[in-house]
Amino acid sequence: MADVPSDAPEHCPGTSSDQAGKSSACQGCPNQNICASGAAKAPDPAIEEIRQKLTTVKHKILVLSGKGGVGKSTFSAHLSHALASDDSKEVALLDVDICGPSIPKIMGLEGEQVHQSGSGWSPVYVEDNLAVMSIGFLLSSPDDAVIWRGPKKNGMIKQFLRDVDWGEVDYLIVDTPPGTSDEHLSIVQYLSGAGIDGAVIITTPQVLGSPLLLHFAATITHEKKSSSQQKQFWEVSLQDVRKEIRFCKKVKIPIIGVIENMSGFVCPKCKNTSQIFPPTTGGAQRMCEELNLPLLGSVPLDPRIGRSCDEGKSFLTEVPDSPAAVAYQNIVQKIRDYCSSHTTSDNPV
Amino acid sequence: MDSSEKGNLHQVKHVVLVLSGKGGVGKSTITTELALALIHAGKKVGILDVDLCGPSIPRMLRVGKPEVHQCDAGWVPVYADPQQQLAIMSIGFLLEDSDEAVIWRGPKKTALIGQFVSDVAWGELDVLLVDTPPGTSDEHLAVLENLRKHRVDGAVLVTTPQAVSTGDVRREITFCKKTAVKILGIVENMSGFVCPHCSECSNIFSKGGGEELAKLTGSVFLGSVPLDPLLAASLEEGQDFLQAFPDSSTYTAISQIANTLLSSLDA
Repeated sequence: MADVPSDAPEHCPGTSSDQAGKSSACQGCPNQNICASGAAKAPDPAIEEIRQKLTTVKHKILVLSGKGGVGKSTFSAHLSHALASDDSKEVALLDVDICGPSIPKIMGLEGEQVHQSGSGWSPVYVEDNLAVMSIGFLLSSPDDAVIWRGPKKNGMIKQFLRDVDWGEVDYLIVDTPPGTSDEHLSIVQYLSGAGIDGAVIITTPQVLGSPLLLHFAATITHEKKSSSQQKQFWEVSLQDVRKEIRFCKKVKIPIIGVIENMSGFVCPKCKNTSQIFPPTTGGAQRMCEELNLPLLGSVPLDPRIGRSCDEGKSFLTEVPDSPAAVAYQNIVQKIRDYCSSHTTSDNPV
Repeated sequence: MDSSEKGNLHQVKHVVLVLSGKGGVGKSTITTELALALIHAGKKVGILDVDLCGPSIPRMLRVGKPEVHQCDAGWVPVYADPQQQLAIMSIGFLLEDSDEAVIWRGPKKTALIGQFVSDVAWGELDVLLVDTPPGTSDEHLAVLENLRKHRVDGAVLVTTPQAVSTGDVRREITFCKKTAVKILGIVENMSGFVCPHCSECSNIFSKGGGEELAKLTGSVFLGSVPLDPLLAASLEEGQDFLQAFPDSSTYTAISQIANTLLSSLDA
């Protein structure tokens, strides 16, 4: 971190200075609290504590997405279920979406509480070999809102990583909120000692989320697009996932691959396929080719997925022969293969 | 408050936040559709987009990169139509490189949002719709703190029918109650998909959650909006959105919602 941040006022004393956060020039600076607390100066000792704590965790995988509602938590939950279907493996699922923790519901653990013991916080077990931790477990009511600013969210994430007694774990899956924000920065920062195997990025075919909006933009410019405009247009629609990719590159996390979710809907009555989110820009396939990333798979929409999630059941066990379940299992296998062939020490963060 | 600050939202009759606890429910889509329905009802509308990290309508206006000008009172909004019935301003316009905003922590975002909210020269508007990122954190508090210097009529909350979505939106309702934002009502989006081949309606994202949520929290249920492949298809054929939209089934749902909203605003 630069000594004088780009958003600092004139006469910033520098983040390493004794006056950091305390001088009169610091008034109104957005970093004032951070500097005054001394957090900007020294590396956080928690990073080493976390590294030690997580030596018993073999593989750590982040699940990311540029925008919300693409199926990140659904995927994280089912990835965990699939990995845990092998009784010999220990799986842990950490939900760091502080504002919108969906994991307890999807895993059928609503209302569960977290227990503290001498060795730290105990996660909640779905199966003998599948443990879950989420801020949802710390809220007493489903109406409770976590209206926290960045620093407090960061503190919670630190605690989740340092104080949860995960034990011996083969796979730690980390479900994140959409975008790239405080939570993502904190996860990466606190895991910088322990290391991250890689990240999986979830997207939908219509990465902008609505065909209406695309055409709205098209009509606003009131003209037919030339091919260079079409290219620009396409680049705009990639911004979402490109943002996640840029984040991963910046913090040096390998990208395991991209998953295209909600890729087509098969009508249960007439069996015709419709694109609810039409891939007007070539979808994830084209994007992966352009950006040289592995496309781990495409998962179609199945109304039974949403239902399973609402009921807290694993879709993979409820409807194992659905094309969506098959797609999920293939993707999970690729992730297993990736983890077997990479060890964290190969990819120091 | 100096006169220029007083001026920017001074002639805006109503300010409505469009919120959701959950991402990907179609907040931006609903905001756009509501704006169009309100325009068809003869209103002058503005859309303010404060979602730094997520995609929304104005992001796509970067195709052609609209130039954003300043006047004495602040930023001049971009007009979507020649009659200037729809004004748009997005925080994305102000960023040289939108990927730059990728890795900002809360305080930096807060500072930018605060300035942005007060500095757009809207002029006369009947309704200003504020499109927000999902969640309950720094950005939301910043938006509220800065808008509240002027006026916030209330918030419309968007959800999809399934419980995982309404679960998050319940928390957003708590946020509104804690920050004393009036809840104007709940909209349930992606409420059923009518197969374009056989007209069978499938509840892809479950059903009933929006109404249940409204009952549970004592809020007004404004209505449901279906997934509309026919509208998407007609647009795919190159029709003008502003023209095609009023002929779609989505429009019926949205204009009812817009009318209910207007009644509660004017009451």
